Formats: sequence, C-alpha cells, structure tokens
Amino acid sequence: MSGDPHKLGRGEIAPSERGPAPKRVVVAYGFWIFLLTDFIMFAGFFAAYAVLAKATAGGPAARDIVELPLVGGETALLLASSFACGMAGIATAAKNRFWFQIAMAATALLGAGFLALEAYEFLHLIGEGHGPQRSAFLSAFFALVGCHGLHVTLGLVWLTTMMAQVQAKGFRDEILRRIACFSLFWHALDIIWVALFTTVYLLGVAG
Amino acid sequence: MFGKLNWHSIPWDQPIPLIAAAIVGSGILAVLVWTWRAGHVPYLWREWITSVDHKRIGIMYCGFALLMLMRGFVDAAMMRSQQAIAYGNPGYLPPEHYDQIFSAHGTIMIFFVAMPFVIGLMNFVVPLQLGVRDVAFPTLNNVSFWLTASGALLINLSLVIGEFAKTGWLAYPPLSELRFSPGVGVDYYLWALQISGVGTLLSGVNLVTTILKMRAPGMGYTRMPMFCWTSLASNLLIVAAFPILTATLAMLLLDRYLGFHFFTNELGGNQMMFVNLIWAWGHPEVYILILPAFGVFSEIVSTFSSKPLFGYRSMVVATMVICILSFMVWLHHFFTMGAGADVNGFFGVTTMIIAVPTGVKVFNWLFTMYGGKIRFHVPMLWAVAFMVTFVIGGMTGVLLAVPPADFVLHNSLFLVAHFHNVIIGGVLFGAFAGYNYWFPKAFGFRLDERWGRRAFWLWVGGFYLAFMPLYVLGLMGMTRRMAHYDVPGWQPWLIAAAFGALMIAGGIACQVIQLYVSIRNRKDLVDVSGDPWDGRSLEWITTSPPPPFNFAVLPNVTGEEAYWGIKSTARDNGELSERPKYEAFHMPRNSPTGVVTAFFTTALGFAAVWHIWWLFVLGFLGAWATFVIFAWRDENEIEISAAEAERLDAERRNAKARLLDIPADQPA
Amino acid sequence: MLRRLPFVLAAALGGCAPALLDPAGPVAAGEKTLLINSLAVMLGIVIPVIVLTLAFAFWFRSGNGRAKHRPEFAYSGKLELLVWSVPLLVIIFLGGMGWIASHELDPRRPLAATRKPITIQVVALDWKWLFIYPEQGIATVNRVVVPAGTPVDFRITSATVMNSFFVPRLGSQIYAMAGMEAKLNLMADRPGRFHGLSAHYSGEGFSDMDFTVDAVPAQQFAGWAAKMRGRGPALTAASYHALARQKGNVTPFAYGSVPRGFFAAAVREAGAPVHETDNGGRES
Repeated sequence: MSGDPHKLGRGEIAPSERGPAPKRVVVAYGFWIFLLTDFIMFAGFFAAYAVLAKATAGGPAARDIVELPLVGGETALLLASSFACGMAGIATAAKNRFWFQIAMAATALLGAGFLALEAYEFLHLIGEGHGPQRSAFLSAFFALVGCHGLHVTLGLVWLTTMMAQVQAKGFRDEILRRIACFSLFWHALDIIWVALFTTVYLLGVAG
Repeated sequence: MFGKLNWHSIPWDQPIPLIAAAIVGSGILAVLVWTWRAGHVPYLWREWITSVDHKRIGIMYCGFALLMLMRGFVDAAMMRSQQAIAYGNPGYLPPEHYDQIFSAHGTIMIFFVAMPFVIGLMNFVVPLQLGVRDVAFPTLNNVSFWLTASGALLINLSLVIGEFAKTGWLAYPPLSELRFSPGVGVDYYLWALQISGVGTLLSGVNLVTTILKMRAPGMGYTRMPMFCWTSLASNLLIVAAFPILTATLAMLLLDRYLGFHFFTNELGGNQMMFVNLIWAWGHPEVYILILPAFGVFSEIVSTFSSKPLFGYRSMVVATMVICILSFMVWLHHFFTMGAGADVNGFFGVTTMIIAVPTGVKVFNWLFTMYGGKIRFHVPMLWAVAFMVTFVIGGMTGVLLAVPPADFVLHNSLFLVAHFHNVIIGGVLFGAFAGYNYWFPKAFGFRLDERWGRRAFWLWVGGFYLAFMPLYVLGLMGMTRRMAHYDVPGWQPWLIAAAFGALMIAGGIACQVIQLYVSIRNRKDLVDVSGDPWDGRSLEWITTSPPPPFNFAVLPNVTGEEAYWGIKSTARDNGELSERPKYEAFHMPRNSPTGVVTAFFTTALGFAAVWHIWWLFVLGFLGAWATFVIFAWRDENEIEISAAEAERLDAERRNAKARLLDIPADQPA
Repeated sequence: MLRRLPFVLAAALGGCAPALLDPAGPVAAGEKTLLINSLAVMLGIVIPVIVLTLAFAFWFRSGNGRAKHRPEFAYSGKLELLVWSVPLLVIIFLGGMGWIASHELDPRRPLAATRKPITIQVVALDWKWLFIYPEQGIATVNRVVVPAGTPVDFRITSATVMNSFFVPRLGSQIYAMAGMEAKLNLMADRPGRFHGLSAHYSGEGFSDMDFTVDAVPAQQFAGWAAKMRGRGPALTAASYHALARQKGNVTPFAYGSVPRGFFAAAVREAGAPVHETDNGGRES
C-alpha cells in the first residue's frame, strides 16, 4: 500500500485518526498537562509577587533580605538533585534496582539539603522581624518561595514512596510510568526555581 | 483538642437552619436505613461508589447536581420571599442569615450545581461520542467526583456547625479578611472550594487528555461531534483557569490563617489584586459552564431537526475563539473600580467581540433548523427556549459591557437578572435538555414526555416571571444583596419575582414527578434499539444502557456524524456492516480510593476550619496512605474475553437490525 | 424610619419612573441615552433572531407537509459570510460607541459648566457615609447637600471594606476602597432630593447604608454652608474614630469644623486605627 502524499506522519493514516494512544503516552501527556496547571498556579503567585514587590510598608525590600551565596547554595543543591534524578532514570531504563535506589537516595538527600537551607533562610528572616506578617511584599515573597518549597517537600514524600515501591514490587509497567511522572515533576520544579531565582533573587538584588 | 469547636458552635438559638438540617438529616438517615435494610449497600458500594466507569461517574455527578439544585433553590426561595415582604420592615430573615443565604446560594449554584452537571454530562457523553471505552484516567475520575462531593459536604455542614460566609459568593477582601469576618464562615467557603477545586482541576486534566489522546480510529479532530469540541474548549479553560483560583484562595487562606498581607487594608495589601485574580478565573469559568451547554444544544438541534449541524467548521472556530477571548475580558467585572477610560474602553470592546462568535453559533443553530423536520420532544423544547432566552441574556450582557452603562447598572438587580438569564437560560436549560436527551442512553428507558413538558413550561414561565422584574428593578436603582429596603416602588416587582420563584418550584416538582413516573412506567418507555431519537453520533450505536466497556470493538470512523454514516450505509445496503473480529481486552477494576480519599479530605477541611491541627495532619496522612495502598495493589484490570464481547455485541447488532428493518446476523 | 419619610413620600408621589430613566444630571442623562441607543441597536438584530427562531421552529415542525425538507443543507458559503459579518458589523458599531462613551463619560473627566466646581470628599464607614466639604470647612453624615447646576468633584475613599458610592439619578457609581482615592464628577441639573446608596455589599448593615442627596440652588447652598460652619460638633481624629466605631447607621447630622488635610489622612490610615481595636460592629 503506498502512502497518501497529502497525509503527514507515516503516510497511511493521519496522526489524529490512528485511534487511542498507548497507555505510556497517555499517562505522560496527562501528567504534562497537570504540570502546566501547576505552572499556572505558580504564575498566580509570581503575578502577586510582581504586584506587591514595592509594597514594603516601610519594611525591608528584596535587596535588603537576599543573601546570594545562600541562594546559590540552594540552587546548586537543587540542580545536583535533578542530576541524580536523571541518573535514577538511567538506572530505571537499565532496570537496575541497586543503582536506582542509590540515585534516588542521592536525589532525596540533595533535595532535603535544599529544603534545610531554605528553612534556615526563612527562620533567619523571621528571627530578624522580617516575617511574612511584616508587609505585603514579604507575604508575597514567603508565599512564592514557600510554595516551591512545599512542592519539593511533597516531591520528597512521593520520592521515598517510589523507592519503597520499587523495592517491594520491582519495575512493573505502571511503576515505570510513575517513575517517569516523578522525574517530570522533579525537573519541572527546577524550571520554576530558575524563574524564581531570576525574578526574586537576581532582580531583587539588582532592584 | 477540638480547636475552636465547642458546644456553642451549633446555632441552638436559630430555628431555621436547625429545622432544615433536622429534615435533611432525617431524610438522609431514612434513605440510608432503607438502603441498608433492603440489602442494597453492597451493590451500591461495588457498582457505584467505587465505580471507575465514566458513565456511572457521570450519572453520579448529574444526580449530585440535581440534589444540590434543591438546596440552592431553597436558598433562592428564601431570598425571594424575604425581599417580597421586607419593604420598610426587617422581614423574617435578619441580615446575618440573609447574608449567609445569598453567599451559599451563589457558591452552591455555581460550584455544586452548574459545574457538576456539565462535568457529569461531559463525563458520560464524551468517551461514548469519541468511540472509546473510558476516559484517560478512570480511577482519577472517581477521585475527582468524590472530592467535589467532599467540598459540598463541608458547605452543608456549615449549616449546623458554625456558619457560612457572609461575604457573597466571591468573598471579596477586605470583607473576607479575618478582621472583618472573624467567624468560620469564610474558612468553610475557602476549604470547600479548595478541595472541590482540586477535583475539578483533575477532571479537566482527565478530559483534555481523553479528547486529545483517546479517540476511536478515524476520529480526527474535524470529525469529532460538536459536543466533544465544546467539551475540549471547556476543559482547556478548566486547566488554564482553575489553578488561578487555587492560588488566589490560597493567598486569602494565608492572610486569614497566618497573618499574611496579600489583600488587607494595611501594610501594603492590595484588595484590587484579589478582584483581578478572582475574575481572571471567574470569567473563563462562565465559559467553562456555557460551552458544554452550547455543545448539548448543537447535538439536540441537529438530531431533532434530522439534519447535520449547519456550518460545523464555523462552529468549531467560534468555540475556540470564545475559548481564547474568555481570558481577555475579566476587567469588565469591575469597570467601576476607576481604571480609566482607555482600560475600560479596551475591555468593553473585547467583551463585545465575544458576542460575535456567540452570535455565529445562534445563527448556525437557526440554519440547522431551516429545512429540517423538527420533532418537538422535550430536549428540543428546551433548545428553542434556550435560543430565545439566551439572546436576551446576551443582549443585556453586551449592554453591561458598555462601560458607562455599567457605571449605573453594575451590582444592580439588572446585573443579577443578566447573569441568571444566561446561566439559567443557557447552562441550566442545557443541562435539563441534556438530561432528557441522554437519560435513555444512561438507563435504557426514556423520561416521561408529559411531565417533562409540564416541567418545561413551568420552568420557562417561572424564569421569565422571576427575572424580568429584576431587570426593571435594576433600572429603578435597586442594588443586589439587600436584606430590606425603604423604596415603595420596588415592592410590587419583588412580589412578582417571588411568584416566579414559586412557579419554578412547580417546575422542579414536575421534574421529580417525571423521574418517579418514568421509573414506574419504565417498561413502556424502554429503549431497545439504543437509538431512541434517530441519533447521529457514536453514543447511539451502542446499547442503552451501554455495557461497561461501551464498545465490544472500537468503531471505525470514516467521516463526520460517524453513526449516521454507518446507519445510512446499513440502510442503503439492506444489511449490517460486516461482523468484526472480536478480541479480548482489559478494563480497569473498581477502586474505593476516591471515596476513602474524600473521607480524609473532608476531615482535613473540617479540621482546618476549626483549627483542630492533629485531625488536619491525620487527614493528610490518611489521604496519602490511601494512594499508597492503591499504588500497591497487584491486579489493576479485569479481562473481558472475546466470547463475552461477541455475545453482547450480537444482541446489539440484532437490535440495530430490528431498528433499521434489515435482516439480523445469522448465528455463527 | 422617620428620617426617611420625606424621601419615601417623594418617591411615592413621583410615581414609579425607574431612577435610571429619569436622570437629574448630565452624567445620568448621557448614560440613559447610551443605554437606550445601545439597546435599540441590539434589538435590531435580537428581535429578528427571536422571530426567526420561533418561525423556523413552527414552520419546519415535522408535521408540516408544506415545509420543504432539505436534509443535506449543512453548508453555504454565502450564509457563513452573513452569520459572521452581521454580528461583527453590529459589534464594530457598538464597540465604537462604547469606546467614545467611555472617554466622554469617564468619571475622572471634569464636567463642562459655567460655575466653578466644588469638592466634596466622601468616606465610607461601617454602614454610613461621611461627606467632607474642605472649601467650606464643614462635614455631614448620611446627607449631602450640593449646589444645583454646579459640578461636584467627589473624592471617595473607605475606612472599612469596599463599598460603592452611587446616586442613581445623578449617574455613575465608583468603588470606595481603603487607602485609595477615587474621583467622580457629577452634577445635579436642578434642585431636588435624590436617593443615594452603597452599591457594593459590605456586610451586615449594608442594606441601611443609604443617604440623601439634596440639590439646592447655589445661593441657598452658600447660605447653608455658612450657617453650618462652627455649629455642632467638630470633626477631629477622636470624633471621627468614634463615628467609625459606632455600630450601624446614624441619623444625618453635621460637623461644624474640619481640620485641613483631614481627608488625606483618612486615605492614608485606611481605617486601620479603628479596626485594630474594634471590629466595627461585626460579630465574631
């Protein structure tokens, strides 16, 4: 059978007419859409931050509270954690349970390190009287950065659950799909962190 | 131990909510006891509560919406009767009650009637029309439903434990801030909407994925029925808009619980930001509701006119244009905030532009009727009433979009009349049309026509009697949400409106009777062919009710109006299509994950409202554990054998042969 | 109840003409004209659509043997062009009208008049309105007296939650928000008594949050202002906070003196000093 020249893809059937996609594709696609909704939610917090950035009510502005070395450390930990997560992906592809657990544990430790630094930053600010109740700007700052931190925390809960599940059940199809979703989630948090690092910290120092 | 909750949280001194709760409570209890004694509990648990079948979940959504419609309507009836008598006197509802009632009315009607009804219809119909066996994520679908129910339960709990918000359905700050609303009402509102909002969001993700990634072979985008297109647009809007609501309500929660200053009067808070954010969700929300209703009417007008939908491609374009434009008009909800002439003018014009694709749709329905052979069954009656009513609502909407006109009409009863005109005349009429249209598909028998017509006339008449006076009152300068008033000229119109509400009550009663009579006469109303209306899309190719897997073999689609094409071919050839090759396939197993999760989220929400932090943590851990247990199970699917599929499909093919009056299959 | 009696009687005797269709000033008159013109333009398309819907539904009913059945009629390029262009043309026309009117009837735009405008500053409180006359050095509560035929430059804020300042027979409303100052230019053409209200729900006492507008001849206004000056209590921070705390609505009265810059301070403090110690009559 010769291909119809007017149709795209493999020639015979238009891509939109090939019937239901395989489960693997459907799950990843659905999870991407979920991540998009998460991005939109973050966009709401970013918008609030942009609106309230100047509403310091006589309190500190962004440049007064940002400590770039600390934030640099956080960034390094988070990126390293994503790298480890990528390694876990390779181990998954190789169906190597041992290296998967090692890589996931490294991901978790680095993520926890990030959270520890963030918690230190928050507690330090609150201790100096620069808590979220001080001004609308600080409210927006704590909410935006904290929302990312909350995502990382929930990611850690998910991550450890996945480690336990792989240990108990092995690399089954549905578990492989879940690992793929987790890794999308973990990398998406990096994307948000990059946006956050730029708008809150870098522009904060500059402004 | 119990946070802010104590014996005095129950309003012992207020008879109305207590009596209402006692009636509802004993009703629920009676139903539960009856169900238990009749031995239906295992069946309900196995086949409905834990079902992951999109059809059953869709039916549960619609049933839930109808139930909540009663609650919302009781609120409406109280408001109408209060305003009818409260001229120069306080009436029978003091403001603290009245304010809760209109807040609850709006919240319930939008989030727990209109939303679940359209989501239910989409859930039920979309996979059938696409020719597939289920949605993309069946278990998640069940979770979505129960999260919605969890939110509704919280709102209804507020009737007797504590209070509901006294802030209006959008809870504008600073009124909704702790300083001005120190009670638990706003917290109930926020947690109920956050929990049900997650359900809605997941449902949107689910349906978008289903429509974009799961269609029968040959079902290209330009062959999808109109309802699938409008569902796609509606769910894209859910996916794009609901996260904004989540973020906005989260900010208000932070203000109320942790002393943040997003929207407060002091320390730099910005109330205008809330208004912008909430409407950046809120305006798309009205299109989330109305687009599926447009889809329902497209299906119904075409089916009952015995014609294809006129200007299909135009309709698709119009749908997607509305989808995109709906994000560019939010500012028209607050022209009176003083944004300036250029900004107001811009948003006024963008708002009016939405009227263009909407007008195109109306014209296309009109030309679909042109040259048709229109059968006036109940769904078609609703469709005609919709077309007449909706253009009036659309017209007053464009009027409100002219900024200086809005300066005098904003927040008046004219506005109230307008949005009821489009939401009742559009969304609710669409929901009722769809309910009458797809009921036989869901249950295998039609709804009684006589009582359906009675309900129709009472509803439509009641609607006009209840809301046309509100337009006049708006022109008289009466603003919304008034518990009492001292202007004598207003009262006659408010009394007329109260009679309208009474007529609508008659309409609702007829609908209840219609359901009862139809169940009683189900043998006479039975639909054996699976195609009671001479339908054109794929849901009518399968049996009524369809088997759990919808289609033994996924239909092969070769053009627009997939089923009409197959039916015409069979008619022309005088024989059914070739018998397909049957293969075994898998269906997902039912799961209690949704209902158990909802149990924990309800506990979590309740705990948060009353500051019972141990229960909050317990609720979170419980929800997490539920998912872990779900993820741990070893058997996810059940197999349907080829023989079973073939047996059920043979029955279907014989029924179709009888319907088309052509020879049945010979036994193999 | 008694204080509203004159108004109630006036409304009853004045018949039932809807307030928005009985304008008493140029802004309201402009808005009425716009309302009617836009409605007329749209009725030109809406009435035919309704008539056609009912006509098609009736004529093409399945029982009508005389109607020509055209089961394949599902596309027509000419009709498509028509169904897109008709609404589009109407909307271009209406959009143009709306754009021009937005600028002409912009609340910030000063009104054309022979007399010099006067300034009245408005503060929304928990369920009453405070009107400050900075030029006259007096203030009133729940009753505002304006000179007829003279533009009034209203400056509006709130010391509590959001409200909306609205006098239907004079025209445009605008939100009163804490910490912000909204501008609204209105004018009464002729003497008269008008009903004013809060058009944005603001809590329990909202339904009673209305006020009276008395438009009087310019001479009479000057006399009234002079008479009021120095009489009655003085508006000070303390009496203002006491007024703000007072639960519910109050009978109209006047302050005989107002310190300079009082309104600016009210905008700046956004009601905070009152509400830090008191929830303004709202139950907890």
